[in-house]
Amino acid sequence: MSTAVADAPAEGQASDAPEAIKSFVVTLIIRRFDPDVDTEPHWQDFDVEVYPTDRVLDALHKIKWDQDGSLTFRRSCAHGVCGSDAMRINGRNRLACKTLIKDLDVQKPIYVEAIKGLPLEKDLVVDMEPFFASYREVQPFLQANSTPPEGKERIQSVAERARFDDTTKCILCAACTSSCPVFWTDGQYFGPAAIVNAHRFIFDSRDDASQVRLDILNDKEGVWRCRTTFNCTDACPRGIQVTQAIAEVKQAIMRGHA
Amino acid sequence: MSEQIADGAVIDGVHYHQFDIVIVGAGGGGMRAAIEAGPHAKTAVISKLYPTRSHTGAAQGGMAAALSNVEEDNWEWHTYDTVKGGDYLVDQDAAEILAKEAIDAVIDLENMGLPFNRTPEGKIDQRRFGGHTRDHGKAAVRRACYAADRTGHMILQTLFQNCVKLGINFFNEFYVLDLLIGEVDGPDGTTQKRPSGVVAYELATGELHVFQSKAVIFATGGFGKIFKTTSNAHTLTGDGVGIIWRKRLPLEDMEFFQFHPTGLYGLGILLTEGARGEGAILRNASGERFMERYAPTIKDLAPRDIVARSMVQEVLEGRGAGPNKDYVYLDCTHLGAEVLETKLPDITEFARTYLGVDPVVEPVPVMPTAHYAMGGIPTTNNAEVLSDNTTIVPGLYAAGECACVSVHGSNRLGTNSLLDINVFGKRSGRNAVEYVKTAEFVPLPDNPAAGVRDMLEGLRTSTGTERIAAIRKELQEQMDRNAQVFRTDDTLAAVTETIHGLRERYRNVQVQDKGKRFNTDLLEAVELGFLLDLAEVVVFSARNRKESRGGHMRDDYPKRDDENYMKHTMAYLTGDPHSSNPADHIKLDWKPVVITRYQPMERKY
Repeated sequence: MSTAVADAPAEGQASDAPEAIKSFVVTLIIRRFDPDVDTEPHWQDFDVEVYPTDRVLDALHKIKWDQDGSLTFRRSCAHGVCGSDAMRINGRNRLACKTLIKDLDVQKPIYVEAIKGLPLEKDLVVDMEPFFASYREVQPFLQANSTPPEGKERIQSVAERARFDDTTKCILCAACTSSCPVFWTDGQYFGPAAIVNAHRFIFDSRDDASQVRLDILNDKEGVWRCRTTFNCTDACPRGIQVTQAIAEVKQAIMRGHA
Repeated sequence: MSEQIADGAVIDGVHYHQFDIVIVGAGGGGMRAAIEAGPHAKTAVISKLYPTRSHTGAAQGGMAAALSNVEEDNWEWHTYDTVKGGDYLVDQDAAEILAKEAIDAVIDLENMGLPFNRTPEGKIDQRRFGGHTRDHGKAAVRRACYAADRTGHMILQTLFQNCVKLGINFFNEFYVLDLLIGEVDGPDGTTQKRPSGVVAYELATGELHVFQSKAVIFATGGFGKIFKTTSNAHTLTGDGVGIIWRKRLPLEDMEFFQFHPTGLYGLGILLTEGARGEGAILRNASGERFMERYAPTIKDLAPRDIVARSMVQEVLEGRGAGPNKDYVYLDCTHLGAEVLETKLPDITEFARTYLGVDPVVEPVPVMPTAHYAMGGIPTTNNAEVLSDNTTIVPGLYAAGECACVSVHGSNRLGTNSLLDINVFGKRSGRNAVEYVKTAEFVPLPDNPAAGVRDMLEGLRTSTGTERIAAIRKELQEQMDRNAQVFRTDDTLAAVTETIHGLRERYRNVQVQDKGKRFNTDLLEAVELGFLLDLAEVVVFSARNRKESRGGHMRDDYPKRDDENYMKHTMAYLTGDPHSSNPADHIKLDWKPVVITRYQPMERKY
């Protein structure tokens, strides 16, 4: 290594380079369910060789690819933007592709199970349809009464755009909704994700249907079911301030407008 | 069987549906097509994922359009940049459509609700991007419309939102495995190929569905998973392109694969070119801004092929960083925390999460990552699929990464893919609507699902011993080693051998999950078959092109050779696909490049 490299600010990374990292064996305890065979889910242990920088998704892939091809989970992008692989890891909702092994307590087994509150289909896969049904109910699309100037964009100030920036980040992974104790006990509750997506339009200066959405969410299964436990905010892999967004919708309902 | 089978019928366990238009794939291209088609024709969108999981959502930096919101620009400059960026293998009439219709495409999205970043006047903000220049290369121009570094996410969400608004009929987690083609009477006593529908496997139940339709639009994305280091999702296995290949329709320019310069080291996760658009700089181990040597005028904002090659060259010549001197740095430290947090928040987080590197204070280790297929299913400018250089398959359309119009030539410019899916997605939908107004349903073949059923049952009940993952890993590693940024006849010959061996092993592949419901093991086996087919076409086409152009760099033929290779490759599956020598079953032909305004010139930046 040259002196120049030693001077480079990322030198501290050298000790973390892949060849310097030691692999080790970790135990994953996964809640399995095969609808063709099982009447009840059961827990199964797998020992997997991993690197600290591996994602939980990598560990699941190692099991599926090297040990048991029947282990079933959803995944696609593998870096936290598609929202396929929300699951309960050590009792907390997270994306498997955004949770690194080193950030868990590797002295203990890692417990992995499907997200709660949605019908279990197989292993880590749940039926997402009820989740998307709630999403659709809040009219998650721009509704503007005005016609934009021909061939031009609608004007929106930087501040107006910033007003709803946080809730545009939602990837519909269901980590928030399926971490909500109210949703677990009352499947009719819209849930945090639907409210987040309503918020995204309620506070968009270009939209004219805020009142419609506020009325929808003023329903008995709407925002008032929220008990402000902050599970949703903790669970959001995109760092959306979900509980705050719900509170803003509540305030808008009380004052009668966005 | 005939076209008389009613919508909703179940015969021998196979479900039958009937739609005017079936769109395969629910990424940006598919959903943009659906928004055009849905209100005017009975339309279904079939996707192997939930629509919002599609990889359009992973695109970051922007979508190009000469709006001139922040500085002077026009569509002709954009056309020129696209042609030059593609190393003159771009069909120039198509590039002109892309650049002209870009403006409406961006405005359409804004009007649909897309939350673009804004200028102080409240207009759509624009940023610089690689290869996009003012007045034919004089300096970088701000042409990319963006929403932080989540532009693809916002496009995918906005299109999905509008599909919800329109009540588009989605079949989610349905995996299309076959395209049904019938022969009908054409003009002048000829016969003509036309689609009669598709066959899909429902992941939740393991049951098969036949969708009869007048028109079929393929918008199935790319196949980056033929490589190990890739920005592509696990699901990008080229199923749509593979189906077209197996139907013995041609594939165009398959040798041209784009390696995006800034993949997170060791992982391949994309870090947007928008970072360099905002001023980030690539540095070698000694901290030198090496792109000044390779592209003196626009430096770090040279097109991706040039930047990726320059990075690999730095490493090969011993100037790489790190303990193994095998990467370079993307230095964002001078941009400041505010720019990173507001304009590049996601990539900042990726570097922190996956490498433990904070871009605010330290440079990020990066290397090129397999990113985008320039080649694919040949189409006309109206998104009609071609069965040879000039003959269309009426009723069959393709759009987006799976298609080759060709607007990207041998190297796509950054931000032109989000543009491509919108412009040609819209065109495919609109043209399909026109087509189905007068077209009849083509009769289904007898037992339309039999071929798919046999393939799936063969795999599921196989007593094979070869692990899916082992074959796939070997393919991906050897493609990285031999068919990546630099290629030679020797490396391509070596990987040809590898692929042949893997295709033999694939015949003995093992599916461990014998169940019907959510059998993702079976799905992976099928996907691997497509990957092997497509890798073979990529390598065979690459070996045949004895020149260096755009994304295809032959170390043994380092110069562009316009005299012999200023033409598109057309690959056809002709013989027994299982024969050992690809020359026995792949026939290569050429297709002329459309040149309108710009004569090929040496490419300097």
